[in-house]
Amino acid sequence: MNVVAALVAVIGMVILVWLGVGVLKLYTLFGVIVPYAAFLTFVIGLVYRMVNWAKSPVPFKITTTCGQQKSLPWIKHSRLESPANNFEVVLRMALEVLAFRSLFRNLRADLRGRKLYYGSSKWLWLGAILFHWSFFIILIRHFRLFSYPVPDFIRMLDAVDSFFHIGLPHLYLTDVAILAGLTFLLLRRLVDAKVNYISHASDYFPLFLILGLVTSGMLMRYFLRVDITSVKELTMGLVTLHPKIPQGIGLVFFVHLFFISVLVAYFPFSKLVHMLGIFFSPTRNLPNDNRRVRHINPWWEGVPPKFLTYCEWQEKFKEQLESAGQPIDEDCYKDKKES
Amino acid sequence: MYNSDKVIPGIIIFVLFVTLPIWWNHGKTVAAPQPELPQGRCVESKEYMRSHHMQLLNQWRNMAIRDGMRVYTSSDGARFWIGLQNGCMKCHHDKSKFCDRCHQFAAVEPYCWNCHIPPETKKFGPPKATKLLKLFHVPVTLGDSQEGEE
Repeated sequence: MNVVAALVAVIGMVILVWLGVGVLKLYTLFGVIVPYAAFLTFVIGLVYRMVNWAKSPVPFKITTTCGQQKSLPWIKHSRLESPANNFEVVLRMALEVLAFRSLFRNLRADLRGRKLYYGSSKWLWLGAILFHWSFFIILIRHFRLFSYPVPDFIRMLDAVDSFFHIGLPHLYLTDVAILAGLTFLLLRRLVDAKVNYISHASDYFPLFLILGLVTSGMLMRYFLRVDITSVKELTMGLVTLHPKIPQGIGLVFFVHLFFISVLVAYFPFSKLVHMLGIFFSPTRNLPNDNRRVRHINPWWEGVPPKFLTYCEWQEKFKEQLESAGQPIDEDCYKDKKES
Repeated sequence: MYNSDKVIPGIIIFVLFVTLPIWWNHGKTVAAPQPELPQGRCVESKEYMRSHHMQLLNQWRNMAIRDGMRVYTSSDGARFWIGLQNGCMKCHHDKSKFCDRCHQFAAVEPYCWNCHIPPETKKFGPPKATKLLKLFHVPVTLGDSQEGEE
């Protein structure tokens, strides 16, 4: 049911673009207004989320540790697994973001008969790294449509990505890799009963959306073909803030543009914010220096502590204590009697 | 806001990164490329050529080089000689004023010119007698004399 809802939403978008651009000819709406609105939603939404996260206090130091903490000088500590200072936190965070280190520790659990077995499972890591890195490289590569003159670095990336000169236009390796990664990530949710059980429409929707985005892009490059010069006129118009719609760009381009617009607009409201959320994860971004640095709960910063003495506490709960037959400390009343 | 010393630079880096295309071009417009179009008709319609010329050239290459087929029949029945230099370039004389304008704009680097030599960009001066040629008494005008014989 979740799968169907997500799939219908993505197919509905294609129909929407077909109606809007193909039939009603709303080029300005789909070529200028929707992309600008989506981009603004993306930036403002994500900045809002980040400020909101930064406003949330972290009451405890809850850093995740998987290694020896820094203690005595002759005990070797694990710099990555139990970072002792901010530099080591940055190192660990960089590896987490760039190499998905914690996902590499992914285990799978299987019931065989009545016994539960745990085993190493790198497939999720492989699928995730294929998908994320390909997506990132594809994003960078698209800069050739958003800059003029195009920087040499982008040209070089393009040449490396199409290194094998397969077909014409040359097949990009990242196109193959992202399809492989996405297919795995989707099949995993469909085939594995345990993952399927916890998958919502909001898990399938981004997968289908990105799959649609990649498919429409690949169709445009390898099969249906659009006039790249007109496309670049449109994209350059968008980024130089002088939008214009050249005539004669195929419908598939507007489908692609609408998919990416929906994707970026969907970012701040969905699980896709993990792109920035990772940097705000207290388990990842705090050094494990509990024994050297006192972590003061920000709630209590500047607030004088309120204490109750035992006698004050006893006075507060005297009735309950007496009814439960608890002994009452008579010393509390000595001073009062004497005075 | 807590940890604003780290969060605010982070937010600034994020915003700068996602708006990179905007400030990279700092709002200056780029004129659309205007390739010089010759008079007369092309092999196929203008719209088809704009989007599919690479596919057509690829098809032509396969027909000419692999099948030895040198005649192309276009969608409206007209016949054309298949060839880049003896076909396309007969009308589109100047690579730098036709091909390159759009290709540079879109940062496309077709590898046509790895084998073909664009006539107007490579100028061949008179051949020089190298030490090796002198050693074996090879006349430097060998190429010209052969052409003359033909």
